Amino acid sequence: MSRYEKKFVKGNEAVAMAAIEAGVECYFGYPITPQSDIPEYLSRELPKRGGTFIQAESEIGAINMVLGASAAGMRAMTSSSGPGISLKQEGISYMSGSELPCVIVDVMRQGPGLGGIDASQADYHQATKGGGHGGYRIIVLAPNSVQEMYDLTMLAFDLSDQYRIPAMVLADSVLGQMKESIVPNQRPVAELPIKDWAVRGTGGAVQNVVKSLYLGDGEMEKFHWKMHARYQELADRDSRWEEYQTADAELIVTAFGCTSRIARTAVDMARSEGFKVGLMRPVTLFPFPKKAYRELSAKCKRWLTIELSTGQMVDDVRLSVFRDADVDFYGRPPGAGSLPTPEELFARIKNNFKDLMI
Amino acid sequence: MRYDLFISGYGGQGVLLAGNLLSYGAIHEGKNVSFFPSYGVEKRGGAAMCTIVFSDGDTGSPVVGLPSVAIILNQLSWEKYASRVKQGGICLVNSSLVNMEDLVLDERELLAIPMNQISIDLGDVRMLNMVACGAYCEATGALAPESLKEALKNALPERNHRLIPANSKAIDAGVAAVSQLRKT
Amino acid sequence: MKQVFAKPASLKDVQTHFCPGCHHGSFHRLVAEAMDRFGIAEQTIGCASVGCSVFLYAYFNIDVVESPHGRAPAVATGVKRARPDRIVFTYQGDGDLAAIGTSEIIHAANRGEKITVIFVNNTTYGMTGGQMAPTTMPGQITSTSPEGRNVDNDGKPFKMAELLSNLDGVAFSARVAVNNPKNVMQAKKAIKTAFRYQVENKGFAFIEALAACPTNWGMNPMAANERVGNEMIPYFPLGIFKNKENL
Repeated sequence: MSRYEKKFVKGNEAVAMAAIEAGVECYFGYPITPQSDIPEYLSRELPKRGGTFIQAESEIGAINMVLGASAAGMRAMTSSSGPGISLKQEGISYMSGSELPCVIVDVMRQGPGLGGIDASQADYHQATKGGGHGGYRIIVLAPNSVQEMYDLTMLAFDLSDQYRIPAMVLADSVLGQMKESIVPNQRPVAELPIKDWAVRGTGGAVQNVVKSLYLGDGEMEKFHWKMHARYQELADRDSRWEEYQTADAELIVTAFGCTSRIARTAVDMARSEGFKVGLMRPVTLFPFPKKAYRELSAKCKRWLTIELSTGQMVDDVRLSVFRDADVDFYGRPPGAGSLPTPEELFARIKNNFKDLMI
Repeated sequence: MRYDLFISGYGGQGVLLAGNLLSYGAIHEGKNVSFFPSYGVEKRGGAAMCTIVFSDGDTGSPVVGLPSVAIILNQLSWEKYASRVKQGGICLVNSSLVNMEDLVLDERELLAIPMNQISIDLGDVRMLNMVACGAYCEATGALAPESLKEALKNALPERNHRLIPANSKAIDAGVAAVSQLRKT
Repeated sequence: MKQVFAKPASLKDVQTHFCPGCHHGSFHRLVAEAMDRFGIAEQTIGCASVGCSVFLYAYFNIDVVESPHGRAPAVATGVKRARPDRIVFTYQGDGDLAAIGTSEIIHAANRGEKITVIFVNNTTYGMTGGQMAPTTMPGQITSTSPEGRNVDNDGKPFKMAELLSNLDGVAFSARVAVNNPKNVMQAKKAIKTAFRYQVENKGFAFIEALAACPTNWGMNPMAANERVGNEMIPYFPLGIFKNKENL
């Protein structure tokens, strides 16, 4: 059987398969539901391919092992969920300050605190605004299918290497646990910069130092402006989104991750009853595809943001669209039994047409 | 066409295996499939549920509010979920374990099948999920029972492949039970 | 004229930022001498920690990765697993290794990571201004133990060299000091052994280096040096607590 043949797999497995296809050399993790399939898969498969798998003593240990392996020039990754991602923020901040690439997979669960294992999107702010100290951002990719769990994990490695910014795949427990048929695509060909900054112990004329300490006059400020420009370049070149039925839409629903799948069926329900509704789905949450939102909002003035939280992405939507656009919000904060149904979202869509109906 | 199905029971009734089998059956017929499991925190004996959506095109939402078809394997699932079945839909109930007196389902087809009893008669109560899958094929026509039998190779781990003939018989028994019910 | 004394080649020819009488400089030198002895500077990757030892890259002619506070053993694990053919060492202070980083050091040691750890114990947080450390002596006055370390409240100082020697993953564990010429010679020997263990791929090697911190102890360099001998060594005995070669 070819390794690129269609397979019926869990979202978490797709992430692990993609990591291997992307040539991950080191994985460091710590068990936490609902992402443990990822370390389980890699503990089986990575050593067979000469890679390193370590179950670390903690999430903090794991992210710092990623830091070390990445500093040494390797493709390194970790994965976790809510409480574990909080612990990793220290390391993510240091990696951002040291311009180190890596992939972090966050299969979101409920919080705050221990929360629960059902799906959540309440870590949007943590992921997209820089969850640790120091005013940095990381690349955040939001898959909405098992196929994208695979494809975007591979993309995360390439983008991270290209920009020297940590990249996160922001999934949730629905995407992690659900199974779908995927085509395990081959690693795309990408021209990536040589990691000539890595610590290699090769001595000689050039001393390579990977650090985030800048004490000289103006040094740190310069670093911040440099990274700011890089984030801008990332936004200009690599913002990604998907539009569905937006061409003639009088209302645009916007959602990411698993919620966008539920919303898509709600949009189909609305269309079948004659409502002109479209769907705008950000694929990159950082950079948020602001321009695309702005352009769409020139034509369509009614918006509905749907999230599994009391409202986080909606802030970015409101900042992106033209001021005269009206942005409604519908949220289901995470919890057992709080996944919205397509019927429920359709009802909210209809509600937005109330004033147009006689 | 887009088909959706909700299966609910308690852990140990083979809810997830049934969901996997139907998924592989649909894949066998060239469909796109989304299989979304959910269960209680207990590893054994808690609630077990899954939603399966299959379609020639996009599967869309993996979450279904009002399923077209539900397979209800125990009393608790009956009380919690049976009334959610869409009007015009089908509710397949394991009448060996479910007392259906309290609830009237209007505008939906109720198929009461003694799944435990049928599988005990076939030699192993654990095959009740196979009876349910066979019943689904006959009740909806969405999938051919032969596709499920083919799919047993994918859904069962290699070490259990010796059980394929017995499971195939249980699928047939589910098919027969529905066709018998609809005749009467 | 015959040259009798020189700076080790592994050290840069620069002035350090260390305070007068601080022992970091001596330990830097002993580490550099060990590198020179085995000719490994060009294959060595240092993992700096947070504290006075953060400027490793400013003094050593080697590649360095800076680690978050306490995490150097985890960072070193990542580096060593990525590049098993390189020499990887951490250089950490007592707050870094024995307080915030206890989890990382104990697990790296227990996994038997093939790295060398230089742990500088000066009984205080140096860079942040002399607060109580996990190694602060009973009764020792610091900026956060103004009445002296109260062992009923804070417990007794950690003896890391002994503690780690109990782990099967540890191949070599020793405590050394540089307060007099005899101890310097022994420290030099132990640090060499700790690097030789890595060169020979023998396993995790740990050096606890007792150091003076005159500034934060409120002493002049001479008095601070004497304190190492009079107060620290009686509580933190010098010696080798584990040596796989002798087992």
